[in-house]
Amino acid sequence: MAASATSWATRRGIGWWALAFWIFMLVLPLMGSAFPSESFDYYMFMGQSMMVYAIAVLGLNLLTGFNGQISLGHGAFFALGAYTAAILMIDFGWPYWATIPVVAIVCFGAGFLFGFPALKLESHYLALATFTLAIAVPQLLKHKSIAGWTGGVSGLVLEKPDPPFGLPISPDQFLFYFCLLMAMILFWAAFNLLRGRSGRAMMAIRDHGMAAGTMGIDTSLYKTITFGISALYTGIAGALSAITVAYVAPDSFALPLSIAFLVGLVVGGIGSLPGCLIGGAFLVLVQNWSQSLSDVLKETFSLQYDVPSWAIYGVLLLLLMYVMPTGIAGGVLRLRGAIAGRLRRVETVRSKPLVLQSEGEKH
Amino acid sequence: MELLLQQIASGLTSGAIYACVALGLVMIYVSTDHINFAQGEMAMFSTYIAWALIQAGVSYWVAFGATMVIAFAGGLLIQRFILKPLEHAPVLALVVCFIALLSIFNSMAGVIWSFTVKQFPSPFPKGDLTGAGLVSYHQIGVVGVTVVMLGLLTCFFRFTTLGLAMRAAAQNASSARLMGVRVSWMLALGWGMAAAIGAVAGMLVAPIVFLDPNMMTGILTYGFAAALVGGIGNPGGAVIGGFVVGVLENLVGTYIIGNELKLSFALVIIVGVLLLKPAGLFGRVNVKRV
Repeated sequence: MAASATSWATRRGIGWWALAFWIFMLVLPLMGSAFPSESFDYYMFMGQSMMVYAIAVLGLNLLTGFNGQISLGHGAFFALGAYTAAILMIDFGWPYWATIPVVAIVCFGAGFLFGFPALKLESHYLALATFTLAIAVPQLLKHKSIAGWTGGVSGLVLEKPDPPFGLPISPDQFLFYFCLLMAMILFWAAFNLLRGRSGRAMMAIRDHGMAAGTMGIDTSLYKTITFGISALYTGIAGALSAITVAYVAPDSFALPLSIAFLVGLVVGGIGSLPGCLIGGAFLVLVQNWSQSLSDVLKETFSLQYDVPSWAIYGVLLLLLMYVMPTGIAGGVLRLRGAIAGRLRRVETVRSKPLVLQSEGEKH
Repeated sequence: MELLLQQIASGLTSGAIYACVALGLVMIYVSTDHINFAQGEMAMFSTYIAWALIQAGVSYWVAFGATMVIAFAGGLLIQRFILKPLEHAPVLALVVCFIALLSIFNSMAGVIWSFTVKQFPSPFPKGDLTGAGLVSYHQIGVVGVTVVMLGLLTCFFRFTTLGLAMRAAAQNASSARLMGVRVSWMLALGWGMAAAIGAVAGMLVAPIVFLDPNMMTGILTYGFAAALVGGIGNPGGAVIGGFVVGVLENLVGTYIIGNELKLSFALVIIVGVLLLKPAGLFGRVNVKRV
């Protein structure tokens, strides 16, 4: 599994999914005039949330999928990014775009610092420490000593920015493209990071830390920096969410958010870049459909109360661990490999060229 | 002074509950080396079963016993059907599994019994010992039940063949298997017992914090802290850890940081113990063979 996971990062084969996603996102805001609909703004908001979640899941994937450090508390970094952006905009009057670099620095620093204790915690224990972090976040945000900045329980309300240079598009369309631009830059950067020497080092540490160390990789440095980069990605996603939703509240950053990121990671594919896009899209779709899904379930099983989206998350997580432990991205690749392998094997049986056979068995 | 005594008393009560949760965690950790993130939600779900039984007119102690049996069976089934196929899976897969169980139990409780807060009866008489509101009978009962449970567990592990077999399976699975211990069933037994202990914790805490699907989230965090303070492989340590964490939490909450930051205090304990003394107070230092 490790070998195939390594190659997903750079595998071209699944890249067309990603390409289709980006093209769809590029034209989505323009489709409003072609297909006028009352709920169009809502569709655009969904697309925008998909990108925000995809960035957050990418952050988690860099850490867990590519570096093997488990985090159940990435909601904390999402919250840090969101509040940093919100406070800079409200208390310091910064424009929304200027907050992004600051958020990046703050979240990288926080992640880097958290990475030091994480060095000493292995697998289960790291999961445990980050799990507790996720539970403690809302309490920390509500605390009265910082309530002057964070707005306490009620949170902060922001203003939506207007498009610059008098561009002839609506503020919503503009924000959408802003998110799209950020997402593309971040995914491109992650792609380059993983394709190169650092990416190989990260994955080597995941696959066998000690062996990686013997090969001359500074495992501590790479692990802490990966933690920082991961927090940076998730923090920027948080900032984008704060800017686009124009509202932050402490209780939206509780444990369910961190678990949602984990779900996105597992559904999309642990250790897959295009998988992050799938994971992000999936999270938004489930949130969107959870009410109607709940209604259907209620009717079929004649239940008395609503079925929360947690139930769907939980069942899916379990199922995926059995059926598709590598998520949708990995499942598709494997399915395609299986089909291709069978076709090739049929050919091989006919003509029996040995070279082809060994190539078919590579995966 | 009175405030201090009161805080220590209520610290011991919550400590007893953390100790129960920690005992469940230790049971699973000792037999399978896993940290069960769903321990709290399993306890919560069992408590709902007890509540439903009591609502149906069953007397408290019958419901108490029945719930323990149901929880035991449930834990056993979870190990057999959900975790056994993943025996050799990487840690991440298991963590994902536990998180899945956590979400499923939480939402199932909401689906079946709704998310509204419910009252749960206490088996102990109302009122308190000193007459000054210092120590209630329920508090004494909670501490008593925990101590009795620890005693029973210790006896079970020390004086019964089954207990010996379980210890053997945990310590050296392959040797135990050669001696005729059915290791895989011992793990299932560990899960069942953990679930039953969790059920007791849930039923003891519900009269204090009221019954709702999210009631165990914070308590589980303290349970983790307690298990780590005591050394996560040690049942006696877990109970002492529970009392230590319970009292500390109350004192620190009252005198130093205020009640709003109590959960963050658990985080500090967990990270602190893991960094400074990963073996806890009574645990053995783990040496890993490469």
